[in-house]
Amino acid sequence: MTSNWFVSMAYFVVAVVFIIGLKAMSSPVTARRGIVWAGFAMIAATVVTFFIPGLQNIGLMVLAIVIGGSAAWWSGKIVKMTDMPQMVAIYNGMGGGAAAGIAAIELIRGVEHSAMVSTLMVLGAIIGSVAFSGSCVAFAKLQGLMNKAIRLPQQNTINFFLTLFTFGLGLTIGYSDDPSLFGVFLFFVLALALGVVLVLPIGGADMPVVISLLNAFTGLAVGFKGFVLGIPALIVAGIVVGASGMLLTQLMAKAMNRPIRNIIFTPLTGAAAEGAEGPQGTMREVSAMDAASLMRFGGKVIIVPGYGMAVAGAQHKVWEMSKLLEEAGVEVKFAIHPVAGRMPGHMNVLLAEAGVPYDKIFDLDEINDEFAQADVALVIGANDVVNPVARTDKTSPIYGMPILNADMARDVIVIKRGRGAGYSGIENALFFKENCNMLYGSAQEAVAEITTQIKALG
Amino acid sequence: MDGFTALYVFMLAAFTGYEVISRVPVILHTPLMSGSNFVHGVVLVGAMIALGHANPEDPLQLAIGFFAVLLGAANAAGGYIVTERMLGMFKVGEKKKEGGAK
Repeated sequence: MTSNWFVSMAYFVVAVVFIIGLKAMSSPVTARRGIVWAGFAMIAATVVTFFIPGLQNIGLMVLAIVIGGSAAWWSGKIVKMTDMPQMVAIYNGMGGGAAAGIAAIELIRGVEHSAMVSTLMVLGAIIGSVAFSGSCVAFAKLQGLMNKAIRLPQQNTINFFLTLFTFGLGLTIGYSDDPSLFGVFLFFVLALALGVVLVLPIGGADMPVVISLLNAFTGLAVGFKGFVLGIPALIVAGIVVGASGMLLTQLMAKAMNRPIRNIIFTPLTGAAAEGAEGPQGTMREVSAMDAASLMRFGGKVIIVPGYGMAVAGAQHKVWEMSKLLEEAGVEVKFAIHPVAGRMPGHMNVLLAEAGVPYDKIFDLDEINDEFAQADVALVIGANDVVNPVARTDKTSPIYGMPILNADMARDVIVIKRGRGAGYSGIENALFFKENCNMLYGSAQEAVAEITTQIKALG
Repeated sequence: MDGFTALYVFMLAAFTGYEVISRVPVILHTPLMSGSNFVHGVVLVGAMIALGHANPEDPLQLAIGFFAVLLGAANAAGGYIVTERMLGMFKVGEKKKEGGAK
């Protein structure tokens, strides 16, 4: 489409820089450089596009870029670190929406394409729409606007036939020279509905994997649009993201020991969890003062931070407390479950924000054997990732998920808002164990109280 | 681009994507997801071209094109800023990181 040599050359360079940027982003040392390079490439790609001969509606284009770009820039600038996952979800959905919009214009204009390009266009339109509506649902769930996992009767059958019908309708209008406007409209309504019914039944705990999957979807949709519009840079950037997104999704799913198929087709629901026999026994409460002395006079403390800590914004307080303990000669380490927070690596970002040095943060494989030698495991706002039933109870929905062995520590202190079950709705057997002490309250206040008590102990 | 060239481009790009992130430490999963989210914001270019070729007489095409460009721009701008903010936190202690992560 772009016979213009200059534009094509610029797109080529952009594609190369995107790949180099992504590569740089996969190492902590070069990561920041990577995103900056990719950012320049994006600006170059946008500017160069204006030089394509024969483009109309330039005024409208500039207006859309200014509104969309500045609104997103502003929202991304003010969002709290804890809310990052849903922002990624919503920006991703927007990309999917853009891809679907491109397909809509092409379909309405009735441009003639080869059979293969038409098929790719329809696929891209469906995937883009699914990414758009699915991401909106994911955003609503993470933002707390929608808490229940809604599961339709015969969910999988509905999904199957809806997919089949949408694709069939898409091909019909994709191959026709002059598709009816109503047909195109119905096609997009169905594709959007598909995204909603796919994500609705999936519980909040599985959302990171879903976002990652939808991210890969958008990449694919963008890549397919590249075929339709004849822009190789779009193909390369889209497919590279699609493939790396799929790999990332697999890595996350593996960390949770939940095969992607299970997440999509047999989501964890409260109902499934209730079916399992809940652990019996009583929970012991502990005061902030006792918790303080347990840690102050212990030799080694391992802190297990969870999303509850992040939501309460307690990471700074936790780091302050750890420094105090270290001054008193206690060894303090942080243990991060791969899916702590809402996405893998999310917790590392949050702790980094609070100033915790990297050499104190350990992932599951590195630290799991150390719990047995620890005097205290301090669990702050984490639940499912320390639930021992994942090791023992075959009937539990989370059986087999790798967990942090916090229960192996001599004493376990759990800071928790209330007595409720975890994000997945499963009772935690750890809380009923004999070496476990519960400290109820918001993470922020509880940790502040412990800190005061440690200071008092001198 | 003819069918088979397109297929080869697809295949090579897929392998590239797989290779590029195959050795990423867990701590970078979230920023990397966000970063790749930014990269597919290049859909903006596609949306601009689609809008540029839309019929100026047809308000429906213009409206869809307008929103496609708007969403694409939001994807790119938002994706960039959140990724940059997350990675900005990896500045301190980069040296330590090298040895610390697997």
